[in-house]
Amino acid sequence: MIKTDALIIGAGPTGLFTAHQLKLIGLNCEIVDNLDKIGGQCIELYPDKPIYDIPAIPECTGEELTNNLINQLKPFDIKFHLSERVEEVKKNNENWKVKTNKGTEFITPNIIIAGGVGSFEPRKFSPKECEKFENKSIFYSIKDKTIFKGKTVSIFGGGDSALDWAIELSKDSAVNLIHRRDEFRGAQATVDKMNELVKSNKINLFTKYQLKNVSGKENLESIEIEHDNKEIKNLKTDYVLGFFGLIMQLGPIANWGLNIDKKTINVDTEKFETNQKGIYAVGDICTYPGKLKLILSGFHEGALAARACFKLARPNEKYKFEFTTSSKSIKNRLGVKSD
Amino acid sequence: MPKITYIEHNGKSHTIEIANGLSVMEGAVQNNIPGIDADCGGSMACATCHVYVKEEWFNKLPKKEDGEEDMLDMAFEPKKNSRLSCQLMVTDQLEGLVVNLPEKQV
Repeated sequence: MIKTDALIIGAGPTGLFTAHQLKLIGLNCEIVDNLDKIGGQCIELYPDKPIYDIPAIPECTGEELTNNLINQLKPFDIKFHLSERVEEVKKNNENWKVKTNKGTEFITPNIIIAGGVGSFEPRKFSPKECEKFENKSIFYSIKDKTIFKGKTVSIFGGGDSALDWAIELSKDSAVNLIHRRDEFRGAQATVDKMNELVKSNKINLFTKYQLKNVSGKENLESIEIEHDNKEIKNLKTDYVLGFFGLIMQLGPIANWGLNIDKKTINVDTEKFETNQKGIYAVGDICTYPGKLKLILSGFHEGALAARACFKLARPNEKYKFEFTTSSKSIKNRLGVKSD
Repeated sequence: MPKITYIEHNGKSHTIEIANGLSVMEGAVQNNIPGIDADCGGSMACATCHVYVKEEWFNKLPKKEDGEEDMLDMAFEPKKNSRLSCQLMVTDQLEGLVVNLPEKQV
């Protein structure tokens, strides 16, 4: 059980700057994020897109912004729990008990939800029957590629993940590659390589087809794919892989007794606290009259929520507002020399 | 202001006047039309404002720019007449546009 002054859910720009604010005022914190890397939407959705409205930074990409925020956290020791999703939040006397999908447990008086639009999850196939085979014969990511050896694998998607795996698995498996149109958005060199393998019959390519149905008893046996012109093909297959990118889902946050309105959480504008004492929401996931979904608003919200955390984490101390330019104790925490 | 009609998957129809310059997605969000999520807020990064455009309208709309088709690969049940509504800017030419919403966005 990890004890911390505050637990931040979400390692996007708002979560990162909120951690900075907590550490500046002398609180410790840990961060959980379902992605395998730090940065949230900035790194997952638009790492290369320029952002023009970060104060004092005329232009930077999502990746640069993330790297700068990570650099700003360098003086501090902050534990990140990546590839983990918070599942359970339960009241425990004055504290909250928090549990992730990997079994990590926290006890904390303060939870700050900086969850953006929710956690990133793989986008799944639409036929309902697919659920039955999920993680047995149908996968959205690959953990152990050896299970495909000598088997028939049908891969859906038109991006780099689909192409890379089609090329890789074609060495030891019979590969069907299925895509809804005849253009691929993967890197040109990867597309060329795939086309070579199609020519040498290492990959069976089906374009303008989408998954229509799956069938099998215990394990998957065959799939039906449908062409744009409604023609249906039946393919025998042992495994199906889908690579349709990630979507954002509110996920377990919906079950924590919070006041949720259209995927956003209602908060006050003094502490950014939700209807539950000690649970705050900041950044894109929170809402209040006049809310702007801007990164700069997330920074402000995080700074105020951090001050509110102080009261619950240090009930016997009084929070004193200080500037980084002049405070000796803040400079000590940052590890910089005082004048 | 041009009138745009959104038809939910269950058949419920909403006809709304939307100011020029907004996107068809923003028109839906501002008027609380269920069925358009627009998670990324219009940066063409999520495919959750996916709509089907009535055939007679599809060819009248400005063509897809780079990236929209790629993003539609990720949409729920994309079809030939699929568009991302964040990329459809409302102008007088869109008066009477009808879009159908998919069963779900994710």
